[in-house]
Amino acid sequence: MTARQQRMLIVILVLVGVGIATTFGLRAFQENLLYYYSPSAVQAGEAPVGRKFRVGGLVVPGTVKRTEGEIDVSFDLTDNSALVTVQFAGILPDLFREGQGIIAHGKLDQQGVFVAEEVLAKHDENYMPPEVAESLKQTHAGGTSK
Amino acid sequence: MIPELGQFALIIALCLSLVQAFFPLAGAWTGNRTWVRLAWPAVSGQTVFVFLSFACLMWSFIQNDFSVLYVASNSNSALPVIYRISATWGAHEGSMLLWIVILAAWSVAVAALSKNLPELFAARVLGVLGLISFGFLLFTLETSNPFERLIPAAIDGRDLNPLLQDPGLAIHPPMLYVGYVGFAVAFAFAIAAMLEGKMDAAWARWARPWTTVAWCFLTVGIALGSWWAYYELGWGGWWFWDPVENASFMPWLAGTALIHSLAVTEKRGLFKSWTLLLAITAFSLSLLGTFLVRSGVLVSVHAFATDPERGRFILAFLVTVIGSALALYAWRAPLLKSDEGFGKVSRETFLLANNVLLVIAMLVVLLGTLFPLFMDAIGGGKYSVGPQYFAAVFVIPTIPLVLLLGLGMHSIWRRDNLSRISKRLRVPMVIAVVLGIILPWMIYGTPSIMTVVAIIAALWVIGSSLFVPVIGLLDKTQKVRITRSQWGMILAHIGVGVFILGVTVTEAYSVHRDQALRLGDSVDVAGYTVTFESVKPVSGPNYQATQATMEVSRDGKSLMTLHPEKRTYRVQRNPMTEAGIDARLHRDLYLALGDPLGNDSWSVRFQYKPLVRFIWLGCIIMALGGLIAVSDKRYRVVVTKTVKEGGREALAGGKG
Repeated sequence: MTARQQRMLIVILVLVGVGIATTFGLRAFQENLLYYYSPSAVQAGEAPVGRKFRVGGLVVPGTVKRTEGEIDVSFDLTDNSALVTVQFAGILPDLFREGQGIIAHGKLDQQGVFVAEEVLAKHDENYMPPEVAESLKQTHAGGTSK
Repeated sequence: MIPELGQFALIIALCLSLVQAFFPLAGAWTGNRTWVRLAWPAVSGQTVFVFLSFACLMWSFIQNDFSVLYVASNSNSALPVIYRISATWGAHEGSMLLWIVILAAWSVAVAALSKNLPELFAARVLGVLGLISFGFLLFTLETSNPFERLIPAAIDGRDLNPLLQDPGLAIHPPMLYVGYVGFAVAFAFAIAAMLEGKMDAAWARWARPWTTVAWCFLTVGIALGSWWAYYELGWGGWWFWDPVENASFMPWLAGTALIHSLAVTEKRGLFKSWTLLLAITAFSLSLLGTFLVRSGVLVSVHAFATDPERGRFILAFLVTVIGSALALYAWRAPLLKSDEGFGKVSRETFLLANNVLLVIAMLVVLLGTLFPLFMDAIGGGKYSVGPQYFAAVFVIPTIPLVLLLGLGMHSIWRRDNLSRISKRLRVPMVIAVVLGIILPWMIYGTPSIMTVVAIIAALWVIGSSLFVPVIGLLDKTQKVRITRSQWGMILAHIGVGVFILGVTVTEAYSVHRDQALRLGDSVDVAGYTVTFESVKPVSGPNYQATQATMEVSRDGKSLMTLHPEKRTYRVQRNPMTEAGIDARLHRDLYLALGDPLGNDSWSVRFQYKPLVRFIWLGCIIMALGGLIAVSDKRYRVVVTKTVKEGGREALAGGKG
């Protein structure tokens, strides 16, 4: 192999390597892109079943249910126009409480229940997740225009 | 009175920063030496007033002056004095002031240690620092005045965010900022070099210690943040790829690349414009970090400020700084061509690879951090990028990075060949592979392929670093003296290995369980038996808590009692989890108390985290390595060599 061919080979190998790495990278990027859906969008069937996404809203007072002595918990989230039931087996964040805006990461099951892997509430009592604030605003605006 | 004094001092500092920016830069441009010499008194003056202002704010906190809005919002009379002091930088306004204070401290250090620098050059550096200071002072006075009065005064304050009432977080922001702002010095050196149109080995030798010290502080600052998140947020994770964490990690990656590129510029006079670009990038990312955290564009766990006006100001500032720096770069960098070449295999090549890989890693983080913001800004929907993306993609550039690290350390400048290097490194290579396969198997159980690869990489980095002095000792034919800066490099790289070991073992072998547990019951986790003995109410200075007593035993022998708590702070009414942690070098046991589930049951989180301490230990070792490298003699003896290498202007400056 001449020096020129050798150089070409190295260039090709590097390009192939970079190509593979980029493909993997972009695929991982796409797979881990979590889209946000409001409870209304979920109820309207816009959210995918079996794919991970985020949903957010206010925890509806009186819907937080536990089996006594068990860690499993379920509660409803609302954007003031639709409801989504969320199931979670884990420790809820410190600031989780009724009426609080929260975000959950997880998947929708066949029954339309959102099975959360993670529930996030922020460390500020006045804080509202921006997504949740937006959906609340939208439902409000929608309500008045009708 | 004191708050007004603080604000007045800040306004004077603003005026002096203009003096510090204008006269040295204009003087250096026109050759007016009197103007140039104004740089030094201006720096001193500005520093005095900035510190005075900061002291006034701190005093207002210590005195519980709740007629100051910022104090009233972030402190409380029941808050212990130490947290009243750290509350000074507990929120947006104060942390901006802290930024300015640290910039002033860096500027005064540059001014004091600039005896060895040519006068014109030092003046330009100080002038650029003055410009940056002016921007931040204007920002603080315009949009985030910490001295704003609250009329009528509050009877008591709203208290410091309970998350911040912790020694780790009291010192995390100052450390981080010393790092961030330190890159301003590297940036100023780069701008000054471009203004001068000259950049030689002496330049790199001046810029290197400053950059390395900043990098050390940034390393420790990030590690502190990670440690704090680990025990204080009650989750037991050490890194979340949260945008705010990424904001500090990106400048670190760029800064790490810069340190290595500076080495080439110093030793070989190569990579000049690349070094300049990295210096600009590192500081721009520091500014971006400030912007991301402080403008409220991302609202995440640590982002306490939410105000779009500030965002717009910082964005404009960011565009001005980066834009003008890059414009200057486009104009002047072609002057700084280096005409020397280097072999296909040589230390230069390895350091080039290091730089390319670090920059790729930085871009990976940048993409994941900014993409959701970008999509949101153009109305493309609300996305978030999951931590799995970062975890999966970040290893793509970092695995070759650490594998090449060992080779790079043993390569020589100019021209080398792979067979010589690999012959030299056969022993550590074999040891790393053998131990990397056997050890995890023996100690922790069946590893995945990635785990084996990562452990081999870690052992390889440690082994090949240790091999630098070992080869020096074995080589009887020539006297090999290892300089301080080499010791620093060796230690820092060992730190990298220790860090990777910690990350890998923690990620691969941690045991995590969330479970309901009744009083008196016990549970077996990772070979330990945890018994939930009791809960009782306790009360602290400004909080009430429920404290659990959990007994940990192994093989029927009682080992320790841990007390995880659930606190409620009186003023802000926020519940907070205080984990009970038994920390050992080889593993942490981590217990956190969740919610009462009724029927005497509580949700409880158990975690067994092997080698998690290595993560922070590795960072500390890296930082120590950096400090040792900076203590190298050659950074102190400069003037005579400058004359030889630096050319006419340096000569003139050396005399001046």
